[in-house]
Amino acid sequence: MARALITMPATAKRGDVIEIRTLIAHPMETGYRRGDDGHVLPRNLIRRFACRYDNEIVFSADLYPAVAANPLIVFSTRATVTGALTFTWEGDNGFAQTETALLTVT
Amino acid sequence: MRVATVAALVGACIVLAGCANRDAPSPAAGPTSTAPSTSTSASTPDARRSGYDFMTPELRAMQDDDGANPALLWVRDGEAAWNRPAGASGASCSRCHGEASTSMRGVAAQYPAFDAVTGRPLDLGARINACRERHQGEPAFARESDALLALEAWVAFQSRGLPIAPPADPRLEAWRARGERLYRTRMGQLDFACAQCHDAHAGQRLGGSTIPQAHPTGYPIYRLEWQGVGSLERRLRGCLSGVRAEPFAPGSEDMVALELYLAQRAAGMRVETPAVRP
Repeated sequence: MARALITMPATAKRGDVIEIRTLIAHPMETGYRRGDDGHVLPRNLIRRFACRYDNEIVFSADLYPAVAANPLIVFSTRATVTGALTFTWEGDNGFAQTETALLTVT
Repeated sequence: MRVATVAALVGACIVLAGCANRDAPSPAAGPTSTAPSTSTSASTPDARRSGYDFMTPELRAMQDDDGANPALLWVRDGEAAWNRPAGASGASCSRCHGEASTSMRGVAAQYPAFDAVTGRPLDLGARINACRERHQGEPAFARESDALLALEAWVAFQSRGLPIAPPADPRLEAWRARGERLYRTRMGQLDFACAQCHDAHAGQRLGGSTIPQAHPTGYPIYRLEWQGVGSLERRLRGCLSGVRAEPFAPGSEDMVALELYLAQRAAGMRVETPAVRP
């Protein structure tokens, strides 16, 4: 499993807007490049990222070949209830990864 | 009689010239020629600049923010590998070395260092591999593999913010001299020495890029061009093939000699690992 780093506050006041940063280790191979042997390197991309909070998608993004390796995705959401935020990355070759982070709302 | 006087005078001149030469600071390194750890004198401001100072504000922000610096992915992988048992003995790095935050603090700032067993200097990656072969009984990681870079990044991360402190080991003197010779030797089809770009034209542009002063302050680095983390050795290979010279072999004596000289030249500058570079 690839490594993912999630940076966000552990606690927030109800109604606060919190910033969330996610980094994931992934080559994001475009499918357009050739390797040293001249053969095309097979495409290997993350296609979709989504963040669920309180059983609702609060942010999602489609990713394309122009996105660099190890994509950093930064977004914000409003703190409403104490609970887990679930982050999923899905892509080529059956790539699927899920991470969770807890947010305590006071 | 007259001949003898002239000879004596010439001799005296040579001696004087020798002294003057020895006392003169090397043009690039500033006052780092003899004392490795004390690099900057109070009277002259340090003209040395890390590659960080030549980067855009956006890239600097990326390096400074641990939530955005992709090299942290390698650092965290290295942290996991540090605590993971390996080999038949089942010994992890931490079983002998304990907490990296205490045992490895400042260690990377002193590398490359002399290894008594092999009788030559080793860079940090080679040292980790030596430990792996000698004490864990495991085959060495391939140089430049992510597994090795992760451990290097984790160990070097423990020196972040500390000054680069090359060891004052007399066995390294000849190696540093060899490194400096390589640094000033013209090489390749383009017939360039390192010093011509990185001393004489540092801060100016080569194509679209700013030429840095070649201080190895943040290795292993996350380089946008590589889309990944790489070692100083990989970076040096890039420059060598750039001047159309045959790159030194991985882990070769020439490579480590040049790394030693660069570390000496950057003595006292802050370790930035894991740095981000364009």
